[in-house]
Amino acid sequence: MEKLKFERPVINRINAGVPDKFGMSTAIQPISHIDDVAVEDLLSEYGSPLYVISEKSIRNTFREALSAFKTRYPKVQFAWSYKTNYLNAVCNIYHQEGSWAEVVSGFEFEKALANGVPGSKIIFNGPDKSKEDLERAIEHGSLIHIDHFDELYEIMSLAPKTGKKAKVAIRVNMDTGIYPHWDRFGFNYENGEAWTAINKIMPDPNMELIGLHTHIGTYIMTPNAYAIATSKLAALTVRIQLKYNHHLKYLDLGGGFASKNTLKGAYLPGSDTCPTFDDYAEAITGALSNSDIQYDHMPTLFLETGRALIDDAGYLLGSVLANKRLLDGRRSLIIDIGVNNLFTSFWYEHHIVPSKIKQRDTEDTTIYGPLCMNIDIIRAAIQFPVLEKGDHVVIKRIGAYNMTQWMQFITYRPKVVLIDLEGKAHVIRENENHESMNALDKMPNHLKEIQL
Amino acid sequence: MKLKKNIAVSENGFLFDPNSGESYSLNKTGQLIVKLISEGKSEAEIIENIMEKYDVESNALQRYLDDFIMMLQQMNLLQKEED
Repeated sequence: MEKLKFERPVINRINAGVPDKFGMSTAIQPISHIDDVAVEDLLSEYGSPLYVISEKSIRNTFREALSAFKTRYPKVQFAWSYKTNYLNAVCNIYHQEGSWAEVVSGFEFEKALANGVPGSKIIFNGPDKSKEDLERAIEHGSLIHIDHFDELYEIMSLAPKTGKKAKVAIRVNMDTGIYPHWDRFGFNYENGEAWTAINKIMPDPNMELIGLHTHIGTYIMTPNAYAIATSKLAALTVRIQLKYNHHLKYLDLGGGFASKNTLKGAYLPGSDTCPTFDDYAEAITGALSNSDIQYDHMPTLFLETGRALIDDAGYLLGSVLANKRLLDGRRSLIIDIGVNNLFTSFWYEHHIVPSKIKQRDTEDTTIYGPLCMNIDIIRAAIQFPVLEKGDHVVIKRIGAYNMTQWMQFITYRPKVVLIDLEGKAHVIRENENHESMNALDKMPNHLKEIQL
Repeated sequence: MKLKKNIAVSENGFLFDPNSGESYSLNKTGQLIVKLISEGKSEAEIIENIMEKYDVESNALQRYLDDFIMMLQQMNLLQKEED
């Protein structure tokens, strides 16, 4: 007689708790393919863990965002936020789509130039711009977003030496009715600091004020905050028109649009609560159209959206290393993806699923990474199917920040693969190895010999 | 290895422990193992019984059984050896 298919034995305590009034699906849907490429094939060819980026998803999301704004306001320019993901291939997808570059350091500035972005299409943000960085930005005609008075005075003294007029904007922080109120970037609107800065720049013959910038926060769930920010920047624009008869070329609303990831402690999943691009676009362009800026001199709207554009395009694939039982009987699953590869697991409840399900039963599970560190937790509590050593898992929506804030810790960083529009995989960053990691180390002569 | 007294298991895998008032659900294989334990079968006999019916390697089965029995102990469903 043919034998029956075996399922491992499972016993679960029945908790008669409050029923889920939202009726959200608890069934786990495995992810076996990314853009029609099998997860198993990717892992066997490129090793585990592995970052995978979908070019199709990047382009589709970008076009969706652009269309949300362009259908409401004709003059829109995105600038790719390098710090969100500065893998060169990823940057160039955005540049092919028409995005400028938004950088926050000399390192990112060099990356943008090397990727072929003209200096005049680089926006230079951030509080850290060295004298050399500023000189280079002035030489290239980049848009320098001034963060503080020390930087303003530095540009004042540098610009005459370069023989070029520095193209500048100021970063403005303000109360937009949300918490936390970010007041660390730029000059404050309400207390008049921003207006003071403008009044120092305007008479200076070596600087041209061409725009205003604000970065109101991150993961902003309230589109109305952007409407308030836009109104305040528009009010400054009008004031500049009145006092100096000078017309600004752009208003830059920065980044901060939320992605569909679920924040820790959130009651509902991010996929249900995250505003759409249309919501943000309606708030911003509505405030702009209703402002008192002269109709013939409406500024270009700059956006530095990072997270919301790329998060969905990134996947992290990994393998199960072991199963264990914790003291209270909970299952603990150890995978080869640690917090060193998934920095965002400190604030997101990441969506993690198996690449295939052999058995539908789930158990209360804690998912740990492979690091010898107690904080290495990918999910503290999740209903998860029982997987075995060697089985594969897929973590969704990891495109933002993980490939820039990743830590080389305990082990080498893995490869990054891009799946192009034809479904072909390309390695866009190699894994680290002993040679690449040791290339920067130096050994003093007296430490070269050891005897044990 | 013995189940605690009074533990009731229904035909569709619902287990009730009147000592604690807790209820549990078992899948098919879990149900079979609980049944074999309640019939007084030893671990070796349970393995033999399952291998006859199911397509599973003995090493893997031993691992799953160890884990399952640990869960039964954790949930306080087995009599302690000295009882």
